[in-house]
This record gives sequence, C-alpha cells and structure tokens, in this order.
Amino acid sequence: MSEKHIDVSMTVNGFPRSGSVPARRLLSDFLRHDLQLTGTHVGCEHGVCGACTVLLNGKAVRSCLLFAVSVDGGEIVTVEGLANQDGSLGPVQQAFHECHGLQCGFCTPGFITTISAFLDEHPNPTEGQAREAIAGNLCRCTGYQNIIKSVLRAAEIRNEMMQP
Amino acid sequence: MTTRTFGEPILRREDPRLVRGDGRYLDDLGQGAYEVAFLRSPHASARILEIDASAAISVDGLIAIYTYEDLEGRMAERLPLLIPHPSLTAGRTGYSLAKEYVRHVGEAIVMVVASNRYIAEDAVGLIEVSYEIFPPVVGIESARAADHLVHADVSDNISAHMIQEVGDARSEIANSKHQIVLDLEIERSASMPLEGKGVYAVWDSDAKEMRLWSSTQTSTGVRAAVAAKLNLPLQKVECTAPDVGGGFGVKIMHPWPEEVLIPWAAQILNHPVKWTEDRREHFISSAHERQQSHHVEVGFDDDGRIAGLDVTFFHDNGSYTPYGIIVPIITSTQLLGPYKPSSYRVEFTSLYTNTVIVTPYRGAGRPQGVFAMERTIDAIANYLGMSRDKVRDVNFIQPGEMPYDQHLTFQDGRPLIYDSGDYPASMAMLKKMIGWDDFEEYQQLARLSGRKVGIGMACYVEGTGVGPYEGGFVQVETSGRVNVSTGLTSQGQGHQTAFAQIVSEELGVPIEDVFVETGDTRRFAYAVGTFASRAAVMSGNAIALAARSVREKALRIAGDALECDPRDLEIIGGVVQVKGDPTNCIPLKTIAVLSNPLRYAFDESAQAATQFAVGDTSKPPILEGEEPGLESRDYYSPLQSTFASGMHAAIVETDPETAEIKILKYVVVHDCGRLINPMIVEGQIHGGVAQGVGGALYERMEYDENGQLLNASFMDFLMPYATEVPFIETGHLETPSPLNPLGIKGAGEAGVIPGSALLASAIEDAEGFEIRKMPISPSELWQLRIDHQNGLVPTLKIGEKQK
Repeated sequence: MSEKHIDVSMTVNGFPRSGSVPARRLLSDFLRHDLQLTGTHVGCEHGVCGACTVLLNGKAVRSCLLFAVSVDGGEIVTVEGLANQDGSLGPVQQAFHECHGLQCGFCTPGFITTISAFLDEHPNPTEGQAREAIAGNLCRCTGYQNIIKSVLRAAEIRNEMMQP
Repeated sequence: MTTRTFGEPILRREDPRLVRGDGRYLDDLGQGAYEVAFLRSPHASARILEIDASAAISVDGLIAIYTYEDLEGRMAERLPLLIPHPSLTAGRTGYSLAKEYVRHVGEAIVMVVASNRYIAEDAVGLIEVSYEIFPPVVGIESARAADHLVHADVSDNISAHMIQEVGDARSEIANSKHQIVLDLEIERSASMPLEGKGVYAVWDSDAKEMRLWSSTQTSTGVRAAVAAKLNLPLQKVECTAPDVGGGFGVKIMHPWPEEVLIPWAAQILNHPVKWTEDRREHFISSAHERQQSHHVEVGFDDDGRIAGLDVTFFHDNGSYTPYGIIVPIITSTQLLGPYKPSSYRVEFTSLYTNTVIVTPYRGAGRPQGVFAMERTIDAIANYLGMSRDKVRDVNFIQPGEMPYDQHLTFQDGRPLIYDSGDYPASMAMLKKMIGWDDFEEYQQLARLSGRKVGIGMACYVEGTGVGPYEGGFVQVETSGRVNVSTGLTSQGQGHQTAFAQIVSEELGVPIEDVFVETGDTRRFAYAVGTFASRAAVMSGNAIALAARSVREKALRIAGDALECDPRDLEIIGGVVQVKGDPTNCIPLKTIAVLSNPLRYAFDESAQAATQFAVGDTSKPPILEGEEPGLESRDYYSPLQSTFASGMHAAIVETDPETAEIKILKYVVVHDCGRLINPMIVEGQIHGGVAQGVGGALYERMEYDENGQLLNASFMDFLMPYATEVPFIETGHLETPSPLNPLGIKGAGEAGVIPGSALLASAIEDAEGFEIRKMPISPSELWQLRIDHQNGLVPTLKIGEKQK
C-alpha cells in the first residue's frame, strides 16, 4: 500500500520551496534529501546533539524533532542561508574559521545556526553567556573552548558590520 | 619574500567549505540510492531458530531482504581477523550477517534494502525472528567465572594471554623495603563521533567496477577488504573517505559488516545502495573501549624509587576480536610512561563477553595504563608521606638517558625505545602553570571556609607515528597549482592545511597554491590509515620528502634554463631565482612546462612545451632516468615509533553536601616535537581533554546482567557539553624527534590519555581517601564518603592532615 503524501510549502533561506511528503517525513530529511540542503546534519535523531538545528521563524529548533508538514508556511533558515549577501562568510561562519571553532565540521552547522539566533537576542554576550548559549549542542572534537571564542568573535564581527 | 608557514597558526583551508554547509559527509552523497536498515539481535546470546519475513514482503518500496543464507563464496565466510598476534590464541570473528548464533545485542541478522530508510525500517519491523536464548556473559567477573561461554569452543572465555617481563620484578618487589598492592578499575566508554558510520556503493556493471565511499579512517584498508570479499581485482575497486564527521578510533576498525554488505548488495541489485548508521546502531553495533581491571604490586625504597612493578590485568574484548589485542598490548607497554622501574612484569588476559566489540578509542589502552601507573605513584607518595611530584621526579628517565630502551615489545612488534623527551623540564613547566607549590596554602584556606579542593597531576608517554609507512605525492601543474595527495584519511585533523604548510615550506610556494587530497584510493593507493597519532608524522614526512625531490628536480631544470649551478638557486613565492639576483628567475609553472615535452599544443603553456619548441635535438626529449612532469612520490617508513609526552595538572572542588565535582583549573604541558601548526595542535589537545574529562566523570556503558545496553542514546550516555569542560591552558615544549626529517611527533591522542588518572588524583587530594575506580559520578563519590566514614575506604595521609 502506498503512503499518503501531503503538500507542504515553506520559505527556505529566502526562497519559496514546496514538496509532497509523507506525514512522517522529518524536517531534517525534507531539507537534506528532498531539497538537497545537506548542510543540516543529523547526529542523534532524538534532539540531543543539536547538529540538525535550523532557524524556524527566527528561533533555533531541532529539525530532527519536527515533521516537514508541521512547519508548513514557516520561514526556515539553514546554515547555507547564513552567509553574507555578497556570498562572503557570515559573521558566525567567519568567527568559526578565525578561532578554529571546528575540526571535523559535522556538528558545526548546528552551532552556527544556534549562535546566530542567540546573537540576535544577545548582541554583546559575556563569556559565561556564550558558554550557556552553546550548552545544548554536542561537539566531540573541539572541547568547546574555541567555539566559545567563536561566539565572542562573531559578536564582534556583527557589531563591526553594524558600524556605518 | 618567503612567508614562513611551517610552525605558524595558519587558518584552516578546509573551513570555508564546512562552515557554509558545503561539506560532503557520507549521508550527503548518493541521493536516490536505495537505503538499508538492519534487523539486529535484541539478545546478547542466542541461537537463531527461524526468520520469517513473509509479512515484510508486501511493504511498498521494498527492494530486497537478505539473511546469512543469501551470502555465498567469501561473503559467507567469517569476517577477517585483521591483526593476528601469537598471544591471541583463540581469536574469533563474526559473519557479516549472523550465522545461527548472535553474541551481542546489536549484531546484524537481516539486511533490508528499500527505496528509502523509512520503508526499510518499516520492513524490518515486520520481520519475525525466533530465538533460543542463552544466559549471557557480561563483565570481567562473569567472563572469568566462565559459567557460560561466549564461543562454545573457547572454554574459558579467554581470547589471549600475554606476559612481558624485564628483570625479575617479583623478587625485586619481595626484596624491596616497601610494598604496596592496588586494585584499579576503568569502565567502558566509546569514541562516539558525531557522525556515525556509513557506506555508499555504486556498481558500474559496464566496467565491472565498484565505487565505494565509507566514513572510514582507512580507505585503502576498506578497498582491499571489499575486493577480497567480493572476489574482485583490487584494480576494480576504489574507495573514498569523504568528509568524515569524527573518528576517534572506531572507524579504523574494518571491514565493518556493512562495509562489505552494501557493495555486495549494490552489485547484486545493480543499483546504488547506501547505509547510514543511526545513533542507536552506533551504540550497539560499533565498538567500545576502556574496560579493564588491574592488580598492581610495587616495591620501592625510602625515596620512592621503584625497584619492581608487577601488573596483572583483565581486558574485556567484547564478543569478537577482529582488531586483535592492540588495546591491552598498548596498556601493558605504555603503562611505564616517563618512568624507569628497575624491573617490570606485566601479564594480561583478554576475555570474551556478550557485548559490543572492543577496538581502539583515542588513547587506545593508554588511559588505563596511565591510570594504573599514576595511581601507583600517588599511592607511593602517600605511603612515604612525600610530595607526589617528588616521587615522579626520582623515577623519571632523564634527558641524558635518551634514547631509552624499556626492553619491551611495542604494539608494532618493534622494541619500545623512547627517542627523545625532557620530563623534568615538562614537570617544572607544569608545576609553574598550575601553581603546584602554592596550592597547599590555598587548600588550607579553602578548608577553613568549608570548601574541599584538591590538586592532581598525571604524566604520560605516547608512542606515535607507528609504521609501517605512508606515502606522499606532490605535483606542480603548468598553472602553478600544486597538487598533493596522501592515502590516509582525514576526520577533522586539518590535513589540508598542515600538509599544505609542509609543502609550502619545502617547495617555496604560496600556501594558497597548494591543494591537498586525502583518503581517496584513486589519488594514492598505498596507505595504512589515520589512527595512533600517526598522520602528521607519517604522511607529513612522506609529503616533505616528495616535495624535496620535486624541489631538486625543479632546481635542476631551472639550472639548465638559467645556465647556472642549481646550488646557486632558491625558490621563493613559487619562483626559482638566482640567490642574490631575483631578476634572474623562472616561475615553477614554467619549469612544469619544461618538464613535460608535449606533441600537442592545446593551450598556451602546452604550446611552449611541444617537442618542436624546446630541447636539444641531439638528445631524446626525456633523458634516461627521467620522468615527464614536475612531480614526485615518496614514502616514509620509520624503524620505530616516535615518543611524544605530556603532563596534565588540575585543581578540583568537590561539594561537601552533594559531592558534585567541579574542575577549577586544568593545565596541559605537551611535547610533540616540532609543531606544524600550533593552533591545530591545541585544538587536538582541547578535544582530547574534553574526552578525558568525559571518561573520568561522565561516560560509561551501562550493561545490565542480560547484556542490554541501558543507555544507548545521547540522552543517557553523558558526553560533556560546553558546561562540563574546563578552560584548558596549554604549554608546549618542543623536543624534536631525531627519527624523522621534520622532527615531529604525533599529537592526536595526547589530550585524552591522563584524564582518569589526573582527576582521580585531584579528587583523592580533595577528599583525603583513596579513589581506585573510574569514572566517578557524584553519587559514587557520595557513597565513597559514607564507606570511608564506615572504615571501608582507607584514609590517606592528606586526609589525616585534614582532621
């Protein structure tokens, strides 16, 4: 018996995207395998590691815990949508590069989306706040020290960009 | 102007791609491939009676269901025993799909191929398997008792037994003035990379060729294993490790059952097939490590100098031994660390249990060895009432004694000879950084205000850069682009940057022009793999040697072109020039043109290189002994490992009420010889320390008596988040290795090695009673306090002082 499909539409990284998917299709799979946006990674499939974090209407969410159909009409931003408009690395991406905030890079997209949402609300974080902000994402390579540095550096870059 | 690159914290070349989300990890490949799910054993020890797949057949989108019965030829044989050893007298491996018996929860029984993973899992759910269930063997005690057997033909559950002895340790201990006995235990953890394993295979039925991608630490190894299993010529199989989301050891084990099953299915179905491991599968069907029980007897004099050390330990190797007994061999040989006991005896027994197999996890047996040695040193200090650093000092091998022969046989079958190192200098640096000498005062003050703080230290020596060899290829294109390749793989170590730094330095070219490829058998077919802190040492030196011979060839050709002695030439910024006369020069890309006489002028540089444009008509276009192209391939194959070392110190605070353990300060002194890129080395140390802290305070595999892994998820297996890892202060000492051209030693595993030893030492100092078992949770510490009050746990001298 063939599975029932449901139409779904959403804005992804500024572009309208749509598809027809089974109700059970995870948002992470829809992004990765239907839209081929493979920057969003899946590390645990149960919402603990944070690698699959994307922004839904500006808030960081775990795409492995959401069905694609349940975000119908929503606005999604993935790591691919966080570069600057001119194509250069976005502030958080640039900060990770400068501070050696990544090694294997698998968890990195989830950190970058999480930190982007955090800095929108806390443009000048303290080191303690930076540590807290990433405390829901797992990284097995870096020991986090350089990720915390990256959060602080990303805030600096964002503030520099705001200067006239 | 030449900008130095070797030794500089150059930002990583691989980052821009990865931070944009443009990485290509295994599951990013093969969109449209059939996908695989496995039915895995829910029992730790059982006989398969019947497999009924009839209900699954009607699932829409199902492609195929395979069991052991479907396997033929070499596929039906056991998986290889990858690293045999004379002491591994009862080595056993499994089948890629279980044949009659299952020996741990998670062992694959049925492979389902479907149009996508959801459907494959639906079908798995509909397959009924009936079992005859046996009582399982779980844990070292149960394995030793041998009331039940993991393998019917191994009557004592013992896979291996090995003794190494230097001098007569037992009589030296008996004749010593003082003796101590310790029993020390470490539990299981696992590599646990954020990306699990995965395999993707495409069979080209026209060319009869297999293209294979695996999230592996050895693409050459997987290639050879698949060719052997599928009975294909090696030439017809190519394997690539794409971006790999962390390895830490688990991905050096190969071939995993899935690594042979996926290409096998792709060939049969003549369609691309992919399998991406999920997290639960990774917990129950990959590999674990660390579980060992150690019994230590030591004899020493009034100064704490060790006369005899006798260590007997039991190693839990899980259900099979495909990777041999590397882990306990490393424990037994690296246990000695920077010390020189007059005599040493070590005996280990490796045991089968009905649990996931044990293969190296970052550190690979060293954390256990260091735990045993450092706990022993601390116990000696306590016994004699000496400072812990002093006992270490009197037992250190001195720099003047290098090279130092420990008279043991290392994991590579070669003599364990330390090549270099300066342990007293490391210790001096460590004590200064942590504030060792001032701590007692701080501790007293803290105690007065009701706080419990403690300090600890732990030292290790790590054999790195094990052989047999790695190779490097360096090629200058006529565009000036420099291609570099090596066969070993990358899992986040920054090889595209570090190896480019080496080539940039050796060849005199801008780093921006250097492009490094790793882990692709099409680019470089001879390799071992990335493990044992060996990539920088092995491939780094091979690539340096290849770059040196490219340089030599370039200077020779430039010498002809510029009509001067090659010895008067230098290469700066990709241009060969006469020393002291930079205007007299020729770019490397032009030399690349000159190095390859062509017949066809397909572009501008080719036009300049046609046989009609250059050359002496009295000689052949390519001289005897020469090869076309400005390129070279070379190999590095050392006589033995090179020995890095380090020391960590930490200050911890334990909550008097809740027994919560907090790390207040963590410092690392590390000596891995010359640093290629200090930023990358520090990153490696940070990550290692985080895993060391995890192994000491949080991570353990909770098996119940039925062999069920109770915490097979990230919810329940506690890996450190940012809030659990302390700020790490790092100091580098650079004692160059005399063994290799670049003077480097490995750094990948160092950070994790002393974690349990160190934190046990610091917690013990805070609490004033013995810590003999790691990891330790707050509730276990709380229980130890009660046991201590009841006289079940001995008080230390520091504890007596506290009264």
